[in-house]
Amino acid sequence: MRFAALGDSAVVVECDGGAEASALSRVRALAAALTSEHRAGIDDVVPAYATVTVFYDPVRFAANETRPYEQVCHYIAERAALVTATTLGETESFRRIEIPVCYGGDHGPDLGLVAKHCGLSEEAVVAAHSGADYAVHAIGFAPGFPYLGGLPEVLHTPRRATPRTSVPAGSVGIGGAQTGVYPLATPGGWQLIGRTPLRLFDVARAEPALLRAGDRVTFRPIGEKEFAAWK
Amino acid sequence: MEITVHRAGMLTTVQDLGRPGHRAAGVPLGGAMDRCALRLANLLVGNPENAAALEFTLIGPELEFSADGLIAVVGGNFAAVPPLQPVRVAAGERLKLGAARSGCRGYLAVAGGFSVDPVLGSRGTYLRAGIGGYQGRALRDGDVVAAEDCARSVVGRWQIDERILPPYTAAPTVRVVRGAQAAEFGEEWLTAEFKLSPRSDRMGARLEGPKLVRRVEGDLVSSAVAPGTVQVPPDGQPIVLMADAQTIGGYPQLAHVIAVDLPLVAQLRPGDTLRFAEVSLDEAHRLMLAREHALAILREGLAQKFR
Repeated sequence: MRFAALGDSAVVVECDGGAEASALSRVRALAAALTSEHRAGIDDVVPAYATVTVFYDPVRFAANETRPYEQVCHYIAERAALVTATTLGETESFRRIEIPVCYGGDHGPDLGLVAKHCGLSEEAVVAAHSGADYAVHAIGFAPGFPYLGGLPEVLHTPRRATPRTSVPAGSVGIGGAQTGVYPLATPGGWQLIGRTPLRLFDVARAEPALLRAGDRVTFRPIGEKEFAAWK
Repeated sequence: MEITVHRAGMLTTVQDLGRPGHRAAGVPLGGAMDRCALRLANLLVGNPENAAALEFTLIGPELEFSADGLIAVVGGNFAAVPPLQPVRVAAGERLKLGAARSGCRGYLAVAGGFSVDPVLGSRGTYLRAGIGGYQGRALRDGDVVAAEDCARSVVGRWQIDERILPPYTAAPTVRVVRGAQAAEFGEEWLTAEFKLSPRSDRMGARLEGPKLVRRVEGDLVSSAVAPGTVQVPPDGQPIVLMADAQTIGGYPQLAHVIAVDLPLVAQLRPGDTLRFAEVSLDEAHRLMLAREHALAILREGLAQKFR
């Protein structure tokens, strides 16, 4: 386990084994353990790819002459040691989330462009995009925005040369080797191939972000009628 | 009490010390750009340090108070209000904050605090998602903002020592700890002078200066970033991430501004300059603990100053 200071109020923890499945499991188990403990002075625990960043208040880790950074790393290491085979097993069972998407038409104005770039029909693009299994590596960029891994290489399409000034919330896009969903209406440079009626971020929900790092995501094609009827 | 915003100023939002606990959902801490100034403004009116206040930028608002009250303004030099002390306002009084003579952001605290509904645990405004503060947006001419009714009064006339403030200046040396990719750049960033770009905002302080060239190729895996993180995009012009910066970033991290010096960056005006100086993590923590100690002493000292 490696620790690196991210400024004076955060620590980045990386498990040996890089992006291997077992290392990712350990990192996520550690993130879960730290989050659920709610220790005073730990403000946030942010998993991203193969790291967990722990935001801490140095004032709360300043007892007994020991330096705050050493104290917080010691605390994290102790928790990591407690991640047993049992807790690993618990976090191995990731959530599977299905995201309904109305592909093409007004919801996906760039579907034709993507199809042309990839040398596929629009139907084939939809089939490839919705046929894949994606991993949520991190949530960031915007509230609820998932960094997804697993876009089939055949669908890789460069970002738009000129970003749109506003992309509708729920838009599903492709940008280079990445795919994702815009949770909010923001400027955006990705190629828009569809739109989901789901709200990826909603402050009214108990857990505002729909997705978490570690989730598995699939996209399910729906028609305009189902999109319009979604509550 | 109600506060009518006759003129909103350049960018005025309700802020507090932000919403910790939601970074994993992609929601940044947010809150006041100059946390120290907001805390001091609140202390000066006998509020908890985290009470909601107004943050204004370069040009302050013109406000009218519906009842007698107590206010304080800390941060940039908005000359309308005597500094470093609580100020009584009378019912019907209009206060015009005007343009800052120096500094960039001012904080106006009112005894009792501004009362807007908290969202995700904070009354701060997160403009990008349109949540928190006053209807999730910056104040506009004609808005009416509520403050808690509060009959607090001041005991005696006094002001606090200005040395409790960060050493605001138009040309600060900002202390940093090294970032994960510092070794991928030359050392010129430690001697160069950078100018604050007018394209700066609550997400980041964009710096103009010598182009910092990365000696290594290849994209980085995105990871968590924090306010204070100095990242270097491909154009070689560093950006100091600030309160509303996104929580995950993929650009090389050169350094991190230490917490006690972030207020110095928050008070920079476009055209102001800054230089970086490296300190150790231990020194950063020592400085942080010293400031917290000073604020705790002030808090205790002010406890008897209000009724």
